[in-house]
Formats: sequence, C-alpha cells, structure tokens
Amino acid sequence: MRYLVAFGRFWYDFVVGDDWRIAVGVVATVAVVYLATHRGADAWWLMPCAVLALLSVSIVHATRAQRR
Amino acid sequence: MTHDAFLVAASFLACAVEMVEALTIVLAVGVTRGWRSAIIGTVAALCVLGVFVAVLGPALAFVPIDSLRIFVGCLLLIFGLQWLRKAILRASGFKALHDEDAIFLEEERAAQDASRSDAAIDWYTFTVAFKGVLLEGLEVAFIVITFGSAQRNVGLAVVGAVAAAVVVLSVGLVVHRPLSRVPENTMKFAVGVMLTTFGMFWSGEGSGVSWPGGDAAIIGLLACVLGASLALVSIARRRHALAEATLT
Repeated sequence: MRYLVAFGRFWYDFVVGDDWRIAVGVVATVAVVYLATHRGADAWWLMPCAVLALLSVSIVHATRAQRR
Repeated sequence: MTHDAFLVAASFLACAVEMVEALTIVLAVGVTRGWRSAIIGTVAALCVLGVFVAVLGPALAFVPIDSLRIFVGCLLLIFGLQWLRKAILRASGFKALHDEDAIFLEEERAAQDASRSDAAIDWYTFTVAFKGVLLEGLEVAFIVITFGSAQRNVGLAVVGAVAAAVVVLSVGLVVHRPLSRVPENTMKFAVGVMLTTFGMFWSGEGSGVSWPGGDAAIIGLLACVLGASLALVSIARRRHALAEATLT
C-alpha cells in the first residue's frame, strides 16, 4: 500500500507539479475550446488568452504566498 | 521546416538542462566512490529511458491524430507552464537558482558518508547514478515522445535529445566538474516558452480550431508567450524588490 501511495504521489508530482491550478486550468481550457469549436464558434483566441491568464494567476499566487 | 527546427531545439534544450542536473549527481558519486558503478548506473538508466521511448513512441502512432494532439497538447501545456512558472520565479528572485556547485558538494558529502563494500558493483553509487539519470531523464523522455508523436516524427526529437546528452556528457567528462556556468534558467525559460506554444497549437488543432495563418500562427503564439513571460518576470522582480525593501 505504501509503495502504491508513493507511486501515485510520484506521478502526481511529475504531471501536476507545484501548482495544481495549472493542470486543472489547462484541461478546462481545452475542454471549453473543444466544445466552442464543435458548436461552430471561431474560438482560437480563447486558447492563448486562457493560457496566459493561467500563468499570470499562478505567478501572482506564488509571489503573494512567498511575500506573506 | 519551422516545426522540425522547434522540435529539435526543444528536445535538445530540455535534454541539455536535465543532463546538466544528472551529470552533477553522477560526477559527485563517480569522483568520490569510483567511476565503474557510476557509469554502469548511468548507462542502465539511459537504456531504460531508451526502451521507454522506443516502446511508447511507435505505440502512439496508432492513436488518431486529433485525439493524440489534444492529449499531447494538454501534457505539453502543463509541462511548459510548470517550467515557465519555475523559470519566472527563479529569474525574479522568488525561488533560488539551481546551484550545481552546492548540489555537487551535498551529493559528495552524502557519498563519503555512505558505507562501502568490496562487491564488484558499489550498489550505493549505482543506485544514486541510476536514479539521478532516470528521474531527470523521464521528463525529457516524455517531451521527446509527446513532441515527436504529435508531429509524427519521434526520430527527429530523439536526435535532438541524444545530441544534447552527448554534448553534456562529453563536456562533463573533460572538465570533471559540475557545469555550473551553463545558463540553466534561461534554457528552462526557452523550453517552457516552446512547450507552451506547441501545447496551445496542438491542443487547438486537435480541438478543431482553425488558426489564423495556419502554421504561421506558431510564430504569433510564440511571441505572445515570450512577451507575457518577460512581462511577468519584470512584474515579479518589482514585487520581490518591494518585499525585500519592506523587510529591511
């Protein structure tokens, strides 16, 4: 059981990394872009806007947490 | 052509950065406890990584291209943003820069303290070298597989990674010191920008997005990511300076 937990933790750290918001945000962004495109919207601009917003939020969060 | 150049550059830079970190660990145990087991551990880890790429790379060729690009795009975006995040925090002073000399000394001290045996293979040295190379190399293997398979050209990504491994290992063997002068953070920043750009492009393509200008949109996306990241470094630097001033 201990090894299973360690194995799971390794892959979580490897894929998700230091900030889970990035992983969740990326999956949500791609899902929204997929749905919007398949409903006929020209949603190419959504991807860069959302990704850069995600990066900014993550940086602001990290710098704010360290300043406290 | 642009795709191929980015593919080779991204896998070369990513592999070079991770190999510099792995080299520090291998050098520390090699210098302190002997080279035989350190080299066997390194070669064993490189073989495992090679098998990983050789098995998973061709297997992904059977996945439909749109689904593959969504999956690969998401992974590259997550990796790319994490690399960029770390590089921005390091460049602005919120996170300490990777100090290869300090890591080397720490590993060297640990290697001296560990018990020795008369066996043909020094298992401590083997394990440390194997783990160091495998763990540092796993992310590169993922980048090579995902980047390469989304472009249906894993071979070219492997060429970039192998070239970096050869360069870093050769320099390391010649100088016998950790490569502390390599601008690791700048390289990580560049890899982060490239992975994020291609992550956006491919997950968009897989989702059915029609990029303005087709493939040329990559240049625009790259400029956006680079510009925003540099702006974030500048903002974070100002915040860090402000925090330092408040403390003193």
